[in-house]
Amino acid sequence: MLRVCLKGANSAARKCLCGNGVPLHPLQQCRSYTSGGSGSSAGKIVAASVLTVGGGVGGTILYANWDPKFRANVEKSIPYSDQVFGLALGPAAPPPVINKPRKVEPVQISSMSEMWKDSKQPKAKEVEKKAEQPDAEGPPAPAPQETLEEASAQVAQILSAIGEVPSVPAPGTHEAEAVPPPAALKGVPAAAAKCTECEHEPAVKERPEGEVAARLAEQDKAEQDLLTSLSSNLEDALGSTAKVTLQAIGAQEAALQAIAQHTRQLREAMEAEAPPDKKSTQWRVLEDALSERSRSVDEAGAAVLKAKAELDKLRGVIDGAKHLKIAAARPSILAAEENLHSMVVDLDSVVTRVQTAQSEAKIVSQYSELVNEAKAQFQKELNSITPEIQANWKGLTGKLTQDDLNSLIAHAHRRIDQMNRELAEQRVREQIHIDSALEQQKLEDKKALEVAVSTALEHNREQMRLEQEKKVEETREVMEAEMRTQLRRQAAAHTDHLRDVLKVQEQELRSEAEEILNSSLMEKETEYRRLTQDQLDSFTLDMNAAYARLKGMEEAIDSHVIAEEEARKAHQLWLSVEALNYTLKTAALNDPTEPLEGAVQAIKESCAEDEFAQALATALPSESLSRGVYSEASLRARFYAIRQLARRVALIDETRNSLYQYFLSYLQAMLLFEKAQEAPPAKLSAEDLDTFKLLSYAAYSLEHGDLELAAKLVNQLKGESRRVAQDWLKEARLTLETKQVVSLLSAYANAVGLGTTMAP
Amino acid sequence: MSEKELGKKLDRCLADSAVKLGAGLGLGIVFSVVFFKRHTWPVAFGLGMGLGMAYTNCQNDLRYNLYVPEQDSLSLFR
Repeated sequence: MLRVCLKGANSAARKCLCGNGVPLHPLQQCRSYTSGGSGSSAGKIVAASVLTVGGGVGGTILYANWDPKFRANVEKSIPYSDQVFGLALGPAAPPPVINKPRKVEPVQISSMSEMWKDSKQPKAKEVEKKAEQPDAEGPPAPAPQETLEEASAQVAQILSAIGEVPSVPAPGTHEAEAVPPPAALKGVPAAAAKCTECEHEPAVKERPEGEVAARLAEQDKAEQDLLTSLSSNLEDALGSTAKVTLQAIGAQEAALQAIAQHTRQLREAMEAEAPPDKKSTQWRVLEDALSERSRSVDEAGAAVLKAKAELDKLRGVIDGAKHLKIAAARPSILAAEENLHSMVVDLDSVVTRVQTAQSEAKIVSQYSELVNEAKAQFQKELNSITPEIQANWKGLTGKLTQDDLNSLIAHAHRRIDQMNRELAEQRVREQIHIDSALEQQKLEDKKALEVAVSTALEHNREQMRLEQEKKVEETREVMEAEMRTQLRRQAAAHTDHLRDVLKVQEQELRSEAEEILNSSLMEKETEYRRLTQDQLDSFTLDMNAAYARLKGMEEAIDSHVIAEEEARKAHQLWLSVEALNYTLKTAALNDPTEPLEGAVQAIKESCAEDEFAQALATALPSESLSRGVYSEASLRARFYAIRQLARRVALIDETRNSLYQYFLSYLQAMLLFEKAQEAPPAKLSAEDLDTFKLLSYAAYSLEHGDLELAAKLVNQLKGESRRVAQDWLKEARLTLETKQVVSLLSAYANAVGLGTTMAP
Repeated sequence: MSEKELGKKLDRCLADSAVKLGAGLGLGIVFSVVFFKRHTWPVAFGLGMGLGMAYTNCQNDLRYNLYVPEQDSLSLFR
């Protein structure tokens, strides 16, 4: 019926299809027509889309090449775009990361430099110390200069780390600056400050304090040595110069004295009218005085020269000392300079005095010369007049004659007249002479004034310079004192800070030590605990082991008992299953077996705890329990009758079941020959579902003992044949079920038995 | 036994057909003798009718398995 309907439907469908006039093809043709008709526009669209996409991609790549941020964005958002970019552009450059620290550093350095500028005074100390040691400065000088930036950065860091303590910045880096080296401090504050400064120069190779102290000591010693040498030099020079100058001054004084004496004596000699013998002694004394004066003048001149040389030497030494620039020597230098100046002044004054005296003496000597000349002239005249009269005419009053006397008197009168005339002339020319003399004197005075002025100016200048230097010295002292106080303050602050830091460090160290102590203590404790625990554990272990063994033995015994029990049960089960099996075998040829109920009951009793066996026992079909099952042999025998019958009604089914069909089916069965037994294939195809084939397959399987397959094949019968074989099928099913359950049970019993026998 | 059913049906069929044929024959004869002056056609007619009835009965029996043998009719409602 269904087949007919299907066929009808197919035919109808086919008709429909044919009626519509090839409905499938036009669709395809339409499709092809549509694709063919709008092919060009589609191509255009495709080309446009390709262009757009390519343009977009190319533009993206170009812009990414130009802007790395955009590239990073795209790479982040679109996966695998970084690979594309890598292919097209190459790897992206790593972005610059280190910017901020660099910017921070220059700011700090500038602030540092400002601080440095502000704190020139305190800073200059170490610079001073270093600057004063040119020979010791060679090696460190270039290194600090090279590490200027490093030192600055390090110092900046240190500053930021330390806080508001205004530390003295890194030294030794500002020799190039034109810093007027102030006077250096000596002693402990210097050393302390130096040490604090040493702390703040880690960038420049951190010299240990000992080394620094050593260097300091060295420097100090060298300075001291130099200073002592200098001072000794100065003192020596000063001493010698003073001596020489004093000598010169003494000589000058002596010369002065001599000159004065000489002039005095000369004047006396000129003016005084002494008896001739006294005169001769006087003249002799005068000569002596003259010689004395000349000698002393020479001596004085030599002494002055020597003194001047010494003074020059001293000046040279002072200049040398000044060049050395040891601040400590300043006062001594100043003192030496002052001394020098005073000596120079004294010398000059003495020299001027001597010169004045000499000029006076020159006047006097000129006067004396004139007088002598006049005397000589007179004498000559007298001699010319009275040649026989000797020079010493005073003692010749008794020997002269009248004529001689008259001539003498006449000569004397003549001479007096001449003298008067000369006097008158002289009086006339007095003014002129005076004027000329005044002029001369003025000139000389001017010269002397100039010289005096120049010397005075020199002296004043020197004085001023000395005063200035003194003032500078004083201010320097004041500044030094101030700096000292500041440094002291700084040192105090530093000591305070050090104290704080030390305190903190102490705390930290203490806590650390405590922690270490605690941890070690804990360790030891845990170690002890562990050891005790180990002991306990081992003891417990032994006890447990012994107990476990005991328990094991007990359990072994128990399990043995249990195993025995199990074995007994398994045996019972097996026995009951065997009984069941045996009942299955009691089937007579055409009668069913005995009802299996008893055996099953026995099984149920024997394995009351075994769920599997119980389930299986209940799985047996009730009919087998009540009625029993047929044996395979009886089923086989029955099958042949059924086969015959099934063959005869092969054509009959629900549609064909008239009597005529019956007759036809009988006829077919009579005429149709098939194999009595045919091996059934692994898979049944549609043509294998023919009744006769099925029956031959079933027969074959039955002959070969495969009731199951035979039942399956018989199950495939259709129509009347099926109805005919229904009962047989039912019986076969029952038998199969029962056999299956029984086999399961026996397998289970065997397994259990095997298990129990395998058990300890 | 389902295989014995067909045999039973066929037996019934035969028995029925025998009865029907006999009854038809008898009635035919009776009618022929009584009403139709010993013509043979009522006998043939009766035989035919009997055969037909037997055939139909047989066919129905074989076709429609409404006959539930050896079972309580109430068992269908259980």
